[in-house]
Amino acid sequence: MTHKVVITGMGVLAPNAHGLTAYERALRDGVSGIRFIEKMAENKFACQVAGAPQGVETLAHDYLTDEDLLAMNQSMIYTAIAGIDCWRDAGLAEPSPDSEVDWDTGAIIGTGIGGMDTTAEKLIPKVNAGKVRRLGSTLVEQVMSSSVSAKLAGILGLGGQVTTNSSACTTGTEAVVNAFLHIREGRAKRMIAGGAEAASHYIWSGFDAMRVLNRRSNDAPEKASRPMSASAAGFIPGSGAGFLMLESLDSALQRGARIYAEVAGGYVNCGGHRGGGSMTAPNPEGVIRCIQGALELARIAPSEVDAINGHLTATFADPKEIANWQNALGVSAADFPLINSTKSMVGHGLGAAGGLECVAATLQLYHGFIHGSLNCEDLHPEIASIESSVVQKTRPFDGHIIAKSSFGFGDVNGCVLLKKWQD
Amino acid sequence: MSEAEVYEKVVGVITPFAKNADALAAISRDTNILDDLEVNSARLVDIMLEFEDAFDIEVEDEAADNIATVGDAVQLIVQKTS
Repeated sequence: MTHKVVITGMGVLAPNAHGLTAYERALRDGVSGIRFIEKMAENKFACQVAGAPQGVETLAHDYLTDEDLLAMNQSMIYTAIAGIDCWRDAGLAEPSPDSEVDWDTGAIIGTGIGGMDTTAEKLIPKVNAGKVRRLGSTLVEQVMSSSVSAKLAGILGLGGQVTTNSSACTTGTEAVVNAFLHIREGRAKRMIAGGAEAASHYIWSGFDAMRVLNRRSNDAPEKASRPMSASAAGFIPGSGAGFLMLESLDSALQRGARIYAEVAGGYVNCGGHRGGGSMTAPNPEGVIRCIQGALELARIAPSEVDAINGHLTATFADPKEIANWQNALGVSAADFPLINSTKSMVGHGLGAAGGLECVAATLQLYHGFIHGSLNCEDLHPEIASIESSVVQKTRPFDGHIIAKSSFGFGDVNGCVLLKKWQD
Repeated sequence: MSEAEVYEKVVGVITPFAKNADALAAISRDTNILDDLEVNSARLVDIMLEFEDAFDIEVEDEAADNIATVGDAVQLIVQKTS
């Protein structure tokens, strides 16, 4: 027997908003969270703009004690803020250090890079200076890959499986798929799932060196993230945290929880670095199999997909992504679903991207709108045939299925199918 | 530095690590750092490093192991700084 899985809570800390109400407004209004980053200019990055959540220092003290903050780096703080929000939004009892363990809830909180800010700013300088003893007790818990999920478990008192997944830019979506399968199989009643990534120039440096970041828009940050545009010249790095509370329908109904949407299906796979795939490019067959695998699991026909929240980063891969969707769905250009890119506003959140974008997709489905994708007025000529499907201005939406896909280095793919919930 | 000054400084160092606010409010030389203040035992390492910085001393591991109360810390630091 399998269980239906629904979304009963969300939490988000994005470059353009904190909290669901503000995030929904920002998405609707096309508010960009991309800003000039002094540290990138100082350190001679070619790209000097990025997306970073604002006001985190103040927020951190609203959510966490001084004792907590002694051993928390950025991705852990982002996780705590969005995680506590997600928990509260799901209507669960306010946690305290003395509250009971919730044996029915777990967490899969992914991160692509993890605590590199701690590694770069504290660990390496001290170790290289022969001051290992001066590292203190707080290093390991900040640089271990599972730091994000581990800390959140302590704050909320989670007693189910608590783990961190990592699959580059697929991470957040993979976390949602894994949590979906976990609940579907009856292994837990609830799972918090999504991704988190720090805003750190150390994390972004390697991408700058690869020349995959847009270096042409330093003087116009809000125009810098240009998915699906003919003038797209690379992605803009982002950061933050976005989480969903996935819950079995039985549990949600039993406690009278508000239901945002059903997770109808999900799939993850790898293209095996064959057939045109590589460490940095997707094998189209893998992408198509991933999308079709999600549809099959959800028992949804390709023609039922009403909208796609794309991976769409603003690199050469955007037209290929759309071609893969066309092949996976087998629909004509005229029947292609609506499509947008949340990255046009928040940049590419790397390990957080899937989480931030799953929250965006769920908000759109629940509140009945599709947000405009910024900066694609000059649509890429290779996707001209689906021009009418590219949402440039926010519009009302009464569709039932939104697909959220993510693709990552390592030729890995993830796809989640969200279905409108009707009582 | 007088013993009273050392005591004040020791309390200042320990304060951010304390998880029991009531015990912190009633802190004295007899207060047990782990049991009363509920400091995470792993953080004793960090408290010793902060003592070293605050008082310009070195706290050997053996000496650190013998510190249980606020008074133990004050006594050790007074010895090392006098």
